[in-house]
Amino acid sequence: MATVLFYILGFILLAATLLCITRRNPVHAVIYLVAGFFALALMFYLLGAPLVAAWQVIVYAGAIMVLFLFIIMMLGLAPQETPAGPGWQRWGPLVLLSLSLLTCSLLLIFQDPAASESLGGYTLTPQALGEALFGRYALAVEVVSFQLLFATIGAYLLGRPLPKEEQK
Amino acid sequence: MIVPFGHVMAMAMALFVLGLTCVLLRRQILMILIGVEIMLNAASLVFVAASNRWQQADGQVFVIVLMAITAAEVAVALAMVVYLWRRRRTLVADDFNRMHG
Repeated sequence: MATVLFYILGFILLAATLLCITRRNPVHAVIYLVAGFFALALMFYLLGAPLVAAWQVIVYAGAIMVLFLFIIMMLGLAPQETPAGPGWQRWGPLVLLSLSLLTCSLLLIFQDPAASESLGGYTLTPQALGEALFGRYALAVEVVSFQLLFATIGAYLLGRPLPKEEQK
Repeated sequence: MIVPFGHVMAMAMALFVLGLTCVLLRRQILMILIGVEIMLNAASLVFVAASNRWQQADGQVFVIVLMAITAAEVAVALAMVVYLWRRRRTLVADDFNRMHG
């Protein structure tokens, strides 16, 4: 049952992402991406990461994507439908490059005998995750908190009103 | 649940390639940022699958660190988007082709 569910979720994830990257309206793209992230969160849950699944919904779908939507709506980008890309001659090579990269990596993945090992039967409780995060990786938590502080300062500096002579 | 490790890796790789295609194909800066987000999520899927395969907590710890880093990156990048919009009134990457402006 969970196996079937996993493949259905994988299909939803890839289909939503494909729809996301081909939309012309940025609001539609973000909504499709949120749908894909919900599927990804359920995949995390099935892979034995319930806390990470919850945070995927709260942090990614709830905070980061809403920030994107907020900026899109604040700048009024929705009515301006920018062209999705250049003609066949420009985006043909890009798709060819992506497909060849995908083929090569799939060949590498399935060449490895470990690819047929089955996953499952492992669930990390939030308590064990917290002990690992604030025990062995306490230094990483400190570094990340500094980085968030620097990002706040950087966003504030970029968001200051422009001096008069720089405005166009 | 019985899912081969290779299938999860293949799914993550397909997701990564979709994000890469988005970055290469789209011209609008916001869509390029969305492509970066898709690639970061493919990376977190690999981390969670590896955490399950080796029965270790480390992969999931890295996913949480990755989420915090992504939040910081998005905050700065969207501040830059607003800055560029106020400077030039456009968000198409091809329009930013002058070094002094």
